[in-house]
Amino acid sequence: MSEPTTTDVGAEKTPILETKNLVVGFGDRVVIDGLDLTVNRGEVLGVIGPSGSGKSVTLRAIIGLLPHRSGTVKVFGRDYQSLSRRERLETEQRWGVLFQQGALFSSLTVLENVEFPMREHLALPARLRREIARLKIELVGLGPEAHNLYPSELSGGMIKRAALARALALDPEILFLDEPTSGLDPIGAARFDELILTLRQALDLTVYMVTHDLDSLAAVCDRIAALGRGKLLMVGTLSDMLGADDPWLRDYFGGPRARHLEKA
Amino acid sequence: MAQGVADTEVTARASEASARARTEGETLVVALSGAWRAAYARRLQSELDKALRARGNRPLRFDLAEVSELDTVGAWLLVKAARQTEADGKPAEFAGASEPHARLIARLGATEPRIAPRPPGTPLLLVPFVALGRVVINAWNDLVDSQAMQGRILTAFGSALALRGRLRPPAFVNQFDLIALQAVPIVVLISVVVGAIITQQSILQLRPFGAQIFVVDLGAILMFREVGLLLAAIMVAGRSGSAITAELGSMRMREEIDALQVMGVDPYQALILPRMLALVLGLPLLAFIGSLAGIAGTAVVARYYGGVPFDTFLDRLQDALNLQTLMVGLVKAPVMAFIIGLIAANEGFKVEGSAESLGRHTTASVVKAIFMVIVADGLFAVFFAAIGF
Repeated sequence: MSEPTTTDVGAEKTPILETKNLVVGFGDRVVIDGLDLTVNRGEVLGVIGPSGSGKSVTLRAIIGLLPHRSGTVKVFGRDYQSLSRRERLETEQRWGVLFQQGALFSSLTVLENVEFPMREHLALPARLRREIARLKIELVGLGPEAHNLYPSELSGGMIKRAALARALALDPEILFLDEPTSGLDPIGAARFDELILTLRQALDLTVYMVTHDLDSLAAVCDRIAALGRGKLLMVGTLSDMLGADDPWLRDYFGGPRARHLEKA
Repeated sequence: MAQGVADTEVTARASEASARARTEGETLVVALSGAWRAAYARRLQSELDKALRARGNRPLRFDLAEVSELDTVGAWLLVKAARQTEADGKPAEFAGASEPHARLIARLGATEPRIAPRPPGTPLLLVPFVALGRVVINAWNDLVDSQAMQGRILTAFGSALALRGRLRPPAFVNQFDLIALQAVPIVVLISVVVGAIITQQSILQLRPFGAQIFVVDLGAILMFREVGLLLAAIMVAGRSGSAITAELGSMRMREEIDALQVMGVDPYQALILPRMLALVLGLPLLAFIGSLAGIAGTAVVARYYGGVPFDTFLDRLQDALNLQTLMVGLVKAPVMAFIIGLIAANEGFKVEGSAESLGRHTTASVVKAIFMVIVADGLFAVFFAAIGF
């Protein structure tokens, strides 16, 4: 398994996110069964797996929406479940989450949605807050014409971008993306990939990305983690994945939709 | 002091972040240190303002060598100050920034937070009139929409009767269970209580005349003609009217109704007709059950509070009640049920994309339905009095 070379030295050594022997289940069904996963500071990790392999459940367990049965999840070096209320709040302000359907607040406009986390957690002067919100909206590639629209008036791509702007509102260190390019046309998806790369550069982000999009995997991800049957099948770069001999991975990366990746 | 270097010191009391201004030749150099983060935004702003006060109209250079952390808010304040300088026609530059900080500044420097043009607002004086106009127009549209809805429902009913559309017995049975059967306990309970209260108050008034026996007439007629039905209708409007609106509304939000339409299934026939039939058939039954329960409450209070024994009560009841009294209540019930269903479906179809809109229309559905039920009851009372029924 290849470790990526970290660009900076020193404090960057501890992984920003680490799960050890994570077990998550509902009733008598165990969905995640002993998952060890590490995300290093500054990298983009793509998480793949067949439907029902627990990608979304893992994500929800990491960000504290689902309790886990055993094992540990450490984000920023701290175990989320053992934190006090205040420490949790601190942690929650250091990550940003882009949900699959955007999860924008339907009764707020785009601008208000992006302002919302800042309004809740930062004592910014109102003018500055609005400026920063506009700035974030520009950063994700939306224009002023989107400011006063409600989520129900947005197209799929705009929803993703607006939700990304909201996820970035508090300058998170790590960004969780749940299928960011699903439902986008190939051009829109490619632009979104590009956007994530430039933002990661500009804002010094670590990205944890659940995706099915092979092109995204190739374009954005430094490493790929493949989940299957509640376990980690394999971690590695795209070329490691292309040479894998797990049958599912062979199907996934050898299928007709992945052919052009070999050349990359 | 070295020549050409005048120290204007603006230091921070705390260690988080500070900006010190000094002059190098023509240029004002602002040396920044500490954490330039959103959490200290107000401080950063005042530090920066203090440091820049000495700028006059000179070129500006930010020295970021001592900056430990920099986020969008911190960087944006600096970029804004640099832009201000450039707008004055003097150069502004950033020096000594670590690579990620320099990248962030470069990125923000290339981004302009454009402002959306404000939609033209209404002059303050006109606001009440605009609001009034909206109310009137909405009321008119409501009336037109509900008439259209009524037509559609009747058409759907007609074509179902003519066997040109599918009848949906399972959906009807399911809705009947939800709307009528499951409402029985709560309707019985409030009818008993209200019946008891009315009787108690009546006995209090009738006792000085030794006429408490008339409480039987009063209770029975009131229950069958008005109160039993009103209580049931209000309960159904609250329970089922809101449920129908919320169901239809969330189905609309998720495009389920559109899906029915494009599959060639009439949503009025598939969704609204079963609910409407369940309401129209269920409410008379509920009203009847409620009236009986109310009379039971009356009988109990009359026995223990008014001293009217049960057999006397029953005797008197037989004289007081006739089929006409029962019919008055039962004739009104389907009409009220139709009103409740019409308003609920209409509001449900008006729901737009947001959760707030769903909540607003559900509330409106209940409030309008209860209001209209009471108004209709009043009209019926006038009508029955006029024809002497």
